[in-house]
Amino acid sequence: MSQNNALFTYTLRLADDLLILSQRLGEWCGHGPILEEDIALTNRALDHLGEARNLLTYAGQVEGKGRSEDNLAYLRMERQFTNVKLMEQPNGDYAHTMVRSFLFDAYHLPLMQALLKSSDEQLAAIAGKAVKEATYHLRASSEWIIRFGDGTEESHQRAQTALDDLWTYTGELFEIDPVLEEMTKAGIAPDITAIKESWSKTVDQVLAEATLKRPADAFMMTGGRKGLHSEHMGFILAEMQHVTRAYPGVEW
Amino acid sequence: MTDVKNLDDIFQAKIDAEQKIEPKDWMPDAYRKNLIRQISQHAHSEVVGMLPEGNWITRAPSLKRKAILLAKVQDEAGHGLYLYSAVETMGVSREQTIDDLLSGKAKYSSIFNYPTLTWADIGAIGWLVDGAAIMNQVMLCRTSYGPYARAMVRICKEESFHQRQGYEIMAVLAKGSPEQKEMAQDALNRWWWPSLMMFGPTDANSPHSAQSMKWKIKRQSNDELRQIFIDRTVQQAEVIGLTIPDPELKWNEETKHYDWGTIDWTEFNNVVAGNGPCNKERLAARNKAHNEGAWVREAAVAYAAKKAKRKAA
Ligand SMILES: [Fe+2]
Ligand SMILES: [Fe+2]
Repeated sequence: MSQNNALFTYTLRLADDLLILSQRLGEWCGHGPILEEDIALTNRALDHLGEARNLLTYAGQVEGKGRSEDNLAYLRMERQFTNVKLMEQPNGDYAHTMVRSFLFDAYHLPLMQALLKSSDEQLAAIAGKAVKEATYHLRASSEWIIRFGDGTEESHQRAQTALDDLWTYTGELFEIDPVLEEMTKAGIAPDITAIKESWSKTVDQVLAEATLKRPADAFMMTGGRKGLHSEHMGFILAEMQHVTRAYPGVEW
Repeated sequence: MTDVKNLDDIFQAKIDAEQKIEPKDWMPDAYRKNLIRQISQHAHSEVVGMLPEGNWITRAPSLKRKAILLAKVQDEAGHGLYLYSAVETMGVSREQTIDDLLSGKAKYSSIFNYPTLTWADIGAIGWLVDGAAIMNQVMLCRTSYGPYARAMVRICKEESFHQRQGYEIMAVLAKGSPEQKEMAQDALNRWWWPSLMMFGPTDANSPHSAQSMKWKIKRQSNDELRQIFIDRTVQQAEVIGLTIPDPELKWNEETKHYDWGTIDWTEFNNVVAGNGPCNKERLAARNKAHNEGAWVREAAVAYAAKKAKRKAA
């Protein structure tokens, strides 16, 4: 794989995680548990989408085949999407949604902070824009995990169930493969083991305060980075892409 | 002791002198009731209005449009918040106001009981529905109740943004492929008359209007606002090559306004009475969100109480 190919794949992975999470969060719009949370969820979806757009545009430039952000978002099939499976999991109840975001935020913030020092100027610039938002997201999702865990019996139970359900999808965030190795060697991607340490520390701290139990690292799901998704993925894309595909080649 | 008659006179004098009424000021009971009803209906409209538009967030045909739509629906939630706060200044809690919506006791703008069937509906809503709402809201920036007027000033800036974005969606569709243009025209056909209904009954059939005008809650009549909206929108439709679905529409050189057809008031009354295409779905969606969110709100309260107790200890 040429370094350009690897950079394209790496950038696309970063983008796809955010795009698919944003798509899921967008489903909440108008249905949140309280008006303030509706606003907060939409904000999260918007921030993720904004970052995804920057990354998709850049991925298209790196690839050099003239694919735009919309091309990459709307005209790829599910086997070509490289997000981790965590992002495509259904929203479930608010505990599942918040736990999913928390597990991602705790990874996303240190990743963006480390990417500030990437040898790739574009990625460093995109990270520069994302750090402030990512900081805010992690704070907000951590607060909810703590409220749930240390709130009522019901909220504690729901948060623990969500954690237990979603834990198996966290391994994928830290998988090492030849693309990542190459990017790390080139100083473009940060050392993922350091990101994992930071993630793990945040998770422990927040779960301790929330009086929630960290699930054991049993079997970890894999496949998303290779385009091997859950059955949810096809439906996400069917919904997201159908108008665009029904009227090919037009402006919106 | 000052008698009520005297207080009434002082109150009306204040209104006539264009002074704002503030929460702590004395006000006639009927004025308070009228405002509580109007502001809460307005708040509910913002919140229920999130549903037909939210319906298209996951399907927006480009990422840019998706981002714009997300931001718009988020603005509407913010409008709901300001307005619920304005109701609270009159001594009615947000919970109580929302309960009235959920039980079906309170009304919201009937326009949101129509379905969003195609992407062009998102353009039509921004252009026509936000456009019609602005007419009312610009007037309300000068309404006599201070907190309501101030909320409106903030809201109006965002609404005019929404209107322009909606119009732009329509403009792009109208100059796009034949299918896109057809989609835009179809959306205009479906949203035009309901948008005109947003201004409410004709002046002759609007019993509360005279009192609202005297109190300067309203400052222009339903028919006046409707006419300004029509005059403006007909020209905008012309610019992008879409046709207003009213065969009687004609420029009147004498009045310098457009003459136009007749609103189907039977349809209007039907939708207000709960028989619109989506009344049941809208209320069901609000109730579902509220019920499923109960444990979240309870957890937040319980945690805050625990935290406060620990701090005190
Ligand atoms: Fe609004
Ligand atoms: Fe609006």
